[in-house]
Amino acid sequence: MIISVASGKGGTGKTLVATSLAFSLKSKQPVQLLDCDVEEPNDHIFLKPVITQKEAVCIQVPKVDEAKCTHCGLCAEVCAYNALAVLPDRVMVFPELCHGCGACSYLCPEKAISEEGRETGVVEWGQADGIDFVQGRINVGEAMAPPAIRQVRERANADGVVIIDVPPGTSCPVVEAIKGSHFCLLVTEPTPFGLNDLVLAVETVRELNIPLAVVLNRAGGEYTKVEEYCRKENIPILLTIPLDTEIARLYSRGVTLAEGMPETQEMFILLWDEIRKILDEGTGSLKR
Amino acid sequence: MKELVVLSGKGGTGKTSIVGSLAALAEDKILADCDVDAADLHLLLEPVVRQKQEFWSGQVAVIDEEKCTQCGLCPELCHFEAIKDFRVDPVSCEGCGFCYHICPDEAITMKENLSGHWFISDTKYGPLVHARLGIAQENSGKLVALVRQQAREMAEKQGAACIISDGPPGIGCPVISSLSGASLALLVTEPTLSGIHDLERVLGVCRHFGVPALVCINKYDINEENSRRIEDYCLKQEVEVAARIPFDNIVTEAMVKGLPVVQYSDGPVSREIKLLWQNIAGRLSAN
Ligand code: SF4
Ligand code: SF4
Repeated sequence: MIISVASGKGGTGKTLVATSLAFSLKSKQPVQLLDCDVEEPNDHIFLKPVITQKEAVCIQVPKVDEAKCTHCGLCAEVCAYNALAVLPDRVMVFPELCHGCGACSYLCPEKAISEEGRETGVVEWGQADGIDFVQGRINVGEAMAPPAIRQVRERANADGVVIIDVPPGTSCPVVEAIKGSHFCLLVTEPTPFGLNDLVLAVETVRELNIPLAVVLNRAGGEYTKVEEYCRKENIPILLTIPLDTEIARLYSRGVTLAEGMPETQEMFILLWDEIRKILDEGTGSLKR
Repeated sequence: MKELVVLSGKGGTGKTSIVGSLAALAEDKILADCDVDAADLHLLLEPVVRQKQEFWSGQVAVIDEEKCTQCGLCPELCHFEAIKDFRVDPVSCEGCGFCYHICPDEAITMKENLSGHWFISDTKYGPLVHARLGIAQENSGKLVALVRQQAREMAEKQGAACIISDGPPGIGCPVISSLSGASLALLVTEPTLSGIHDLERVLGVCRHFGVPALVCINKYDINEENSRRIEDYCLKQEVEVAARIPFDNIVTEAMVKGLPVVQYSDGPVSREIKLLWQNIAGRLSAN
């Protein structure tokens, strides 16, 4: 069972929910946490895993054998990302533009192109006190997150509960992280920014046909439009976490809610029960 | 003409609220929202859209069922596992065109993809260039580049002194696109361990692209010990901490009213942001 934890807007408490849920469930069943926020992975700060293994994230970029190349220009023509330029006497490769699609090496009539791995990041895994932990991290200066996310996702072990911490936003890295989950929790806060970004996130998840529900974090103010929106859209709010300086203080020190306030674990276990109930009943807010 | 880009690495540090206030304080500028994915700046600036344009970018493959003989070559070769049951999943398709080139039955065509829209708007505080990437689309970096290019053209035409842009979270493609070639980056962080970790990464990206940076610690009093750690770190990195903004619910109140906080209150948050702007303005006009 794969549950992704996402939020259109960053900083709404996605990491708090993902890590606390994992922390609360670990005594009941096998739990795996995948941190797919590969640009800014933070879950390790809260779960303090012991990393035991890692592998590089590589994309296969072309390497041209000038001895075989006739400079016909075909490779540059097929590359959709302008990662190759054929000059009269040599081929220039721009590896940071290459998506590793493999078209050029396959299509080169002279078989002059081989592929070599270019490292763009790393995937690491280990144990965090009973939680099976995996995270990805792209190198600073690297633009493409999806290959690292894909590699983290490959390590998912769907025998137990898999919790995915999704990067913020609504574009390709988010889709890459969420795709194939059984359920998606959207974490938001009761502010105009929170609502604006929740609406976008709901559209994204619905596009992928994944049942979803909302977690409302830092609740308690006068702003009620998030609740109104959820009611109108028939989206269940499965958990409400109050605005509380103590929670914020714990968070600032890298302590997740379920660990710092163990009495809240019950709340996360209930959240998990609710998700299972929704999935069993086949409801969940799929339809508009 | 100078270009300030405001980044944070981590989301939710208060970046957009600060940009909204800088927009109200700065004179003679063009505003750009480079968070094309989950844009929020418009909620503070009430833009009136003057111009709306389509953003066509990238392609997706389409298989013609009539022509396809189900030979099985394309699903075997596609590096993105985008072809299932001889249909293309447009969400997984990266538009590389490999399948189009190799299909022996010429059953595959590449279709242009409407990936979003971009806008030029008027706000109380000056013109705003902003955009909306379509749901689950790629190429956010290209759309960011387009927003910046429009903002620059406008700034040149109007002889504006600077561009202030609200950057996206993270450190990947849209961040690089909003950062490269900018005059100054303001990094808004918060005194949490996550905030510090993410600040280090985003500062690394600034270094990588040779853009000078300033740091602003938002909500500095939620953990003063961590705030000191950020200051020590910045000292070591020779990066100036240009502002320490206290936590105050007034920021959320202003957001609910749809106003930049400096327009809503004269309290300590607004005072600190005003000082921050003086510092930035000095820097922008100096070099
Ligand atoms: S397709 Fe092959 S032979 Fe032609 S220019 Fe490219 S590498 Fe050289
Ligand atoms: S592998 Fe694909 S993206 Fe990379 S250079 Fe070759 S054709 Fe271009």
